[in-house]
Amino acid sequence: MTRIGVYVCHCGGNISDTVNVEEVAQFASKLPDVVVVRSISHMCSESGQKAIMDDVREYKLDRIVVAACSPQFQGSTFEKTLIKAGLNPSMVEMANIREQSAWPHYKTPENATEKAKVLTAMAVERIRKTKPVEREAIKIGKNVLVIGGGIAGIQASLDLANAGFNVFLVEEKPTIGGHMAQLSRTFPTEDCASCILAPKMADVADHPNIHLLTYTEILDIYGSVGNFKVRLKQKPRYVDPDRCTACGECEKVCPVSVPDEFNLGMTARKAIYLPSPTAVPHAHVIDENACLGIVPLRCGLCEQACEANAINYDDTPKYINLDIDTIIVATGFEIFDVRKKPQYGYGRFQNVITALELERLIVEAAEGHFIRPIGKDIAFIQCVGSRDKQVGNLYCSRICCMYATKLASLLKRADPSRDVYIFYTDLRAYGKGFEEYYRKAQELGVKFIRGRPGELQEDPETKKVIVRVEDTLTRKIIEKKFDLVVLSVGLVPSKGTLKIAEMLKLPRSSDGFLKEAHPKFRPVDTPVEGVFVAGTAQGPKDIPDTVAQASAAAARAMAIMNRGELELSPIKAIVYEEKCDGCGECIEACPVDAIKLNGKASINAAICKGCGACISSCPRDAIDLKIFSNDEIMAEIEAALKDKKEGEHRILVFADDMCTYTLADGVGTAKLNYPSDIFIIRVPSSSRITPKMMIKAFELGADAIFLGECEEAVSPYSGTLKVIKENVEKARKALEEAGIEGGRIQYSSFVTVMFPKFVNIANRLHEIATKNEISEDKRRRLHKIEVVE
Amino acid sequence: MKLPYYPGCTLKKNAKNFEKAAIAAAKHLGIELVELPRWNCCGAVSSLTSDDVMHHVAAIRNLIRVQQMNDDGILDNEYRLVVLCAMCFNVLKRSNILASDAMMLNTINSFMDTEPDYEGTVEVKHFLEVLRDEIGIDTIKSKVINPLKGLKVSAYYGCTLLRPREVGIDDPEAPTIMERLIEALGAEPVDNPHKSLCCGSYHTVGNKEVVARRTYKIVEGARRNGADVIITSCPLCAFNLDNRQALTEKLYPGFKRMPILYFTQLMALAFGYESEAGFDGNFVDPIPLLEKKGLIGMKVQK
Amino acid sequence: MSEVIHIGKEENELLAKVEEISGEIVTLCEQCGICTTSCPMADDMDFTPAAIMHAVKTGDKAVLDSKAIWICASCFTCTVRCPRGIDLAKVTEALRQIHLRKNKDHINLEEVKEEELEEDLPPIAIVSALRKFTG
Repeated sequence: MTRIGVYVCHCGGNISDTVNVEEVAQFASKLPDVVVVRSISHMCSESGQKAIMDDVREYKLDRIVVAACSPQFQGSTFEKTLIKAGLNPSMVEMANIREQSAWPHYKTPENATEKAKVLTAMAVERIRKTKPVEREAIKIGKNVLVIGGGIAGIQASLDLANAGFNVFLVEEKPTIGGHMAQLSRTFPTEDCASCILAPKMADVADHPNIHLLTYTEILDIYGSVGNFKVRLKQKPRYVDPDRCTACGECEKVCPVSVPDEFNLGMTARKAIYLPSPTAVPHAHVIDENACLGIVPLRCGLCEQACEANAINYDDTPKYINLDIDTIIVATGFEIFDVRKKPQYGYGRFQNVITALELERLIVEAAEGHFIRPIGKDIAFIQCVGSRDKQVGNLYCSRICCMYATKLASLLKRADPSRDVYIFYTDLRAYGKGFEEYYRKAQELGVKFIRGRPGELQEDPETKKVIVRVEDTLTRKIIEKKFDLVVLSVGLVPSKGTLKIAEMLKLPRSSDGFLKEAHPKFRPVDTPVEGVFVAGTAQGPKDIPDTVAQASAAAARAMAIMNRGELELSPIKAIVYEEKCDGCGECIEACPVDAIKLNGKASINAAICKGCGACISSCPRDAIDLKIFSNDEIMAEIEAALKDKKEGEHRILVFADDMCTYTLADGVGTAKLNYPSDIFIIRVPSSSRITPKMMIKAFELGADAIFLGECEEAVSPYSGTLKVIKENVEKARKALEEAGIEGGRIQYSSFVTVMFPKFVNIANRLHEIATKNEISEDKRRRLHKIEVVE
Repeated sequence: MKLPYYPGCTLKKNAKNFEKAAIAAAKHLGIELVELPRWNCCGAVSSLTSDDVMHHVAAIRNLIRVQQMNDDGILDNEYRLVVLCAMCFNVLKRSNILASDAMMLNTINSFMDTEPDYEGTVEVKHFLEVLRDEIGIDTIKSKVINPLKGLKVSAYYGCTLLRPREVGIDDPEAPTIMERLIEALGAEPVDNPHKSLCCGSYHTVGNKEVVARRTYKIVEGARRNGADVIITSCPLCAFNLDNRQALTEKLYPGFKRMPILYFTQLMALAFGYESEAGFDGNFVDPIPLLEKKGLIGMKVQK
Repeated sequence: MSEVIHIGKEENELLAKVEEISGEIVTLCEQCGICTTSCPMADDMDFTPAAIMHAVKTGDKAVLDSKAIWICASCFTCTVRCPRGIDLAKVTEALRQIHLRKNKDHINLEEVKEEELEEDLPPIAIVSALRKFTG
């Protein structure tokens, strides 16, 4: 026995202008076990919520249905209302009659109203089957792993350490500092980059709460929030950083010279070297690949020269295991590989360099080391490797307009007789102080020409670089020979970013950088619980944005760890042990390795993402989801197909929460029309819809079915598309056996901006559903067909 | 190996020597080039509009011939069509790509109702591709009889061999396929910054000054890097770079002529088939230069 | 004297026609100018390739009377360099086709001088020229 309250919202006209809410309320009042029905102007308002709370008390309601906007919009509001009313927050279901009825079907108010009734009935039948799920909480400690020692990692580490958390900062290079340490000045203030970075690096080294692990590689990470097991390998430095005074005597005697990576190969270093002038730890390290030999024969010259006795040829790799509670990924960027654009002559023409190389030239020149001449006539070419379909990077790298303006300003100010040009398409000076800085550059005499060269050529005698460009503002083709051409290269995700993404199963956005859990409201969370991202690993950005993101990520990590325990999402898979026979099929089906076999299948709730891909793999029907369970979904399906009138058609669309459902809401919000015989059922992932369910739906009257899922690149789960494909193929086979067209089941993947694709598919489904009728006879035949799972 | 081959009009008329050289070179490498029966002109340029089906018919008809050669037993399951002319290659391959669209193919097949249907099985390949991918540079090297030592060769790619990307046989910005061939034949490849600068193509009819000026740029680019000769892979480029030097001389006093060879002529020479190379057909006479380098008048392989 | 152009629905005609014939989305052009300095014929053109794209976008019919669209040699260098991925060769072809489909040929074979044709012009040259310049 249950007592259900149904609340139909006018939404201030947003719903009631199209849907006859009184009719819907009337309809709802006749549904079994519905004790109270109200139609209210704004359900989400205080008065609306109070109505629910009062009714729960007065009428002893134990389940609530709110027919209003999308659960993605106000779902959490009503969950909180129920908690205040003393009910389990899972006991409310929202019927989406705004984004998925009133708005997209505003042209046909009658259809919209009828559909709203069905949606409400679906919600009532579903909530009837919902069990009050207790929220599980796990213990969380205070250990944070920060991967990457650039400015993002440094900032996050300091924030966390200052708040009393235990930070393990892991960096694969022998020093922290990242790319910021390589820069000359930073825009728009022209602060000296290493001058502002060095104190932070020193703080990291000194901080009692930060364990700095440089020259360290991550071997693997297993586990979940509150329980990550991390294996590290710290490479041998062969120099004891506590004894080394960085005096440099060893370098003087070392016989091996190799290109210096810090200076991008423009200068040489020895096999024993100080990684950078401001290196932290401030000590030398032996590059064992360049060194003449360490074991068993060694040249030994550096040891002889070292007065501090810091050299230790017997150093070995250290393997370290850590127990970590949360992780911050701050693995940074690399610059675009300009060799992918051979038409710019990098590598062929001696006077074509990248902007990062220019940064080093400027820093070294300021120290009195002149690596190569810079000259008088200098050109910057913008957007190299960005906004470029030909190399597959469609995005804008955000910082190049400003760094070019900065470099041009520095060069011009150092020698006003220089002729400095920036060849651009758009000058993006969007940030604080940027536009003013751009103006100053123009005042300095930096020349901005709107047009980019198709290619560069070299004058064979002088080796000057010939730049030919259409000044698109005057339509004239101009040509000039330059002493130096600087390519403003874009940013791409670093190899470390790609490696960690794979290790932690972090999805990447279409631009290749790490994907955030929600582009607006969760910009530093990854879809993996307990793992956060900061800095350019998430996308190109400048230093202020990186620092802000790093502090944000630190705060998010703190929010989880501070309370000592973390409440997990209740949407998890669960094994009914009495049905399980330990066959292990589910283990392979799980895309995140959350299932282990201990006699019976056992699910790690902290790792489980609640997609439900395991469900269709179980031959004993022993796995289900705690919420979005088989019973709940079947109840929704039945209610969606009930009371079909003559000539009516019903199409079911299973929409994954993250993408398809969001997309459907977006389509409705944009007031795009699609046929109203489409009923959307929200699921965490469409992989939870088994072939049996699809067949049952046809038995009950479905005319077409569609399964929508996130595209792989933006999916919070991975591998679910494969499961969906297999399930659909099995279901189609069964349909064909009964004489029904297999094409009545379709599936596809989406990202949330694909409005036209959704509308096209909706129209297509309507066509499929209405083209021919499925006879009752054929539907009955389905009952006898054995669906192989 | 027997491969069907499409000569195109020009290799049968003005550039017979290019074809003769190709056949000899191919034979030397163990390939029998079997000419397509009843082939027709491909159209020379690809129709670039999205709504034109008509102009692709001529190209597709040639691909049907390859199918027929297989059906008639002349070939045994061989659907790779070798093309010697870069422009023909571009046209045939582009039409073949469009024919992978079912509706387009259906329309073309229905239109040519007296021809068998094109089934989309043919792969269009330029001879250079076959040399690189099917024969291999090492094999070519091993078959050289008369290594072209001391000959500095600039590769000129032109446009239709490399562009657009879905048709091209190498990176349009940094191609290397012809340089690898040059090396394999024992000669020394030299760079040319204008190696894929358009020669002017069809402007040679009615606007030949445009072509003559491009010829100047391309030849001077090669000369500056020390080239003795330039090789091409398209008979129109060959004509434009070779014959138009007469006009180039008039426009640029002091311009010195440079021999332009077809890549198959270079191959024939390196394989010892001097007479098949047909150097008397080239406008700028290459023989004095080749004699000076000691590369002709050698023992001839029969 | 600057000319005032009243923009409105008329400008869509040229754009719509060119997009239809070429299959390319001309409005994607961001006027970076890379096509112009990739084009081997740009110095001989009255409208640069970027100007051609802009003219189509804004409905400037003067582009139809330009020399530029006929000087184009269909070399596809612009196509492989355009950062927006627009196939400019197809756009220029569409502009030529607007004339050619109305039987307004650009070359008249009878007018090409005798001596030119006798000059051993290979068939490839004649066929390609006629294909590009006649309807």
